[in-house]
Amino acid sequence: MSPGTLDKYEPVIGLEVHVQLATRTKIFCACPTGFGAPPNTNVCPVCLGLPGALPVLNRRVVEMAVQGALALNCQVRGESIFARKNYFYPDLPKGYQISQYDRPLAEHGHVDILLDDGGSKRIGVTRVHLEDDAGKSMHEGFRDSDRYTYVDLNRTGTPLIEIVSEPDIRSSSEAYAYLTELKLLMQFCGVSTCDMEKGHLRCDANVSVRLRGAEKFGTKAEVKNLNSFRFLKQALDYEIVRQVELIESGGRVVQETRLYNPAVGETFSMRSKEHAHDYRYFPEPDLLPLRIAPGWRAEIEAAMPELPPAKRARFISGFGLRPYDADVLTQTREMSEYFERAANASGDPRGAANWVMGDLAAALKADGKELADSPVSAEQLGELVALIAKGGISGKLAKEIFPKMWSTGESAAVIVEREGLRQISDTGAIEKIIAEVIAANPKQVDQYRGGKTAVIGFLVGQVMKASRGQANPQLVNDLMKKALG
Amino acid sequence: MKITETEVRQVAGLANLSLTDTEIARMARELDDILTHVDKLNELDTTGVEPMAQVLYAAGETATWRDDIEGATLSNSCAVANAPVSGAGFFKVPRVIEK
Repeated sequence: MSPGTLDKYEPVIGLEVHVQLATRTKIFCACPTGFGAPPNTNVCPVCLGLPGALPVLNRRVVEMAVQGALALNCQVRGESIFARKNYFYPDLPKGYQISQYDRPLAEHGHVDILLDDGGSKRIGVTRVHLEDDAGKSMHEGFRDSDRYTYVDLNRTGTPLIEIVSEPDIRSSSEAYAYLTELKLLMQFCGVSTCDMEKGHLRCDANVSVRLRGAEKFGTKAEVKNLNSFRFLKQALDYEIVRQVELIESGGRVVQETRLYNPAVGETFSMRSKEHAHDYRYFPEPDLLPLRIAPGWRAEIEAAMPELPPAKRARFISGFGLRPYDADVLTQTREMSEYFERAANASGDPRGAANWVMGDLAAALKADGKELADSPVSAEQLGELVALIAKGGISGKLAKEIFPKMWSTGESAAVIVEREGLRQISDTGAIEKIIAEVIAANPKQVDQYRGGKTAVIGFLVGQVMKASRGQANPQLVNDLMKKALG
Repeated sequence: MKITETEVRQVAGLANLSLTDTEIARMARELDDILTHVDKLNELDTTGVEPMAQVLYAAGETATWRDDIEGATLSNSCAVANAPVSGAGFFKVPRVIEK
């Protein structure tokens, strides 16, 4: 299909994102939520759906969900209602999921995403609601997998929030940016690790296309199994082209659920259901309405950390960082906090930013280390930057000192002192070296005096070399000019 | 009739029940009686009455919460003890083709 044909259409995308909350225990029982336990060991009568077992809501789940909702700029309801969503599947032992339906936890939010062209766009968040996760079915990998599906209920009852966006997304890259920002917000609040490999962040998309300028939405298909950022983009791009081709060839899109198969890079229709979904939602009789009193809400709000959008703005206005750098330094909460401590210790935030994104990031990457395991603390890095800023050492020397700090964990001051690396700013000492260099290089001196002033670079370089890089370069430059007259 | 046999069949299907034709006819009659009774209740004017999502009375706030502290779990052998088929620690069910 020609790019022109594709351009005639506008994709309309909404995302449904499930985020696993980082509580120690499940939403309605005291079983641990840990990943990787032997099958069916983190279970109890409640999450196994045994008769007579009753759910009791985990207070921490509500706190985290409210934090997540606030991070998405949602209005949190004073009272929300749990509802049963009824369906049969072997990994759902109760025969229903406890979710929320007509009165969800929070509504009317938004996420501002950064676009490729540097602009920003607001994506609406329709709702955020609480629900419990199902167990895990394994269809393959066992000797008798041709006859049996194996079911592990450890995950059953793990707390989730479902975040539903408005159909405001218009391209796969906007979808990517939305999911990226959403993940960042959830991680900053500490409400989820958002580890996609462990299924802590799962994404489904509603996709339709319409002729540009058309008001009415096209028929949408729901695409499931978009469980990595790469798959999300690939699947959406595939699905958009598929729908346009279908329409262009005289067909029409049918409303259906499609699965993305990453192995072939295509979405395919799940066998069509004989009946439309009929979940027969009704209010959960085993749980009281969820009331969030204003006082409690205020407490939760007070515990919210500063979020990336506010941090970025502050890094730009307060520290004078470029927007790109502010963006990079707010990619994780750890990184932003490390940078801020280093910046404050250094007295030179832009210098600190360069070191965090440059030498520190490179060293972490080379050693496969996380920031939390950095042998150089934020304060130590800040001290190194301060030494440069105050003229104690040259930037060149700092580049040699940093690896020593990295391997020993010692502070810059200790290394400078022990190895006698302090920058030479003693005018007399530098003048002495300059005199030697001038005496040893009469040809270059003549050239300079003859008008080829660029040759001063060579002469300064010779002085730096003779001082083992310790001479203050600015001072050398000034004194050299004076000496050459 | 407030409910057709077709609707009864559909609801039975959603509930994973297989009913005989005789049972379908009886269920349609009984459900019809129930719906007629609900119609009677609907005669009551409930304007201005808050819909009730819950028949339990609200206890004190803390009585309905659990703290995020791990409690006892069942052993694997106990968890799968009543399963008709199990193996390797898993519940085993007839192969599921579609989800």
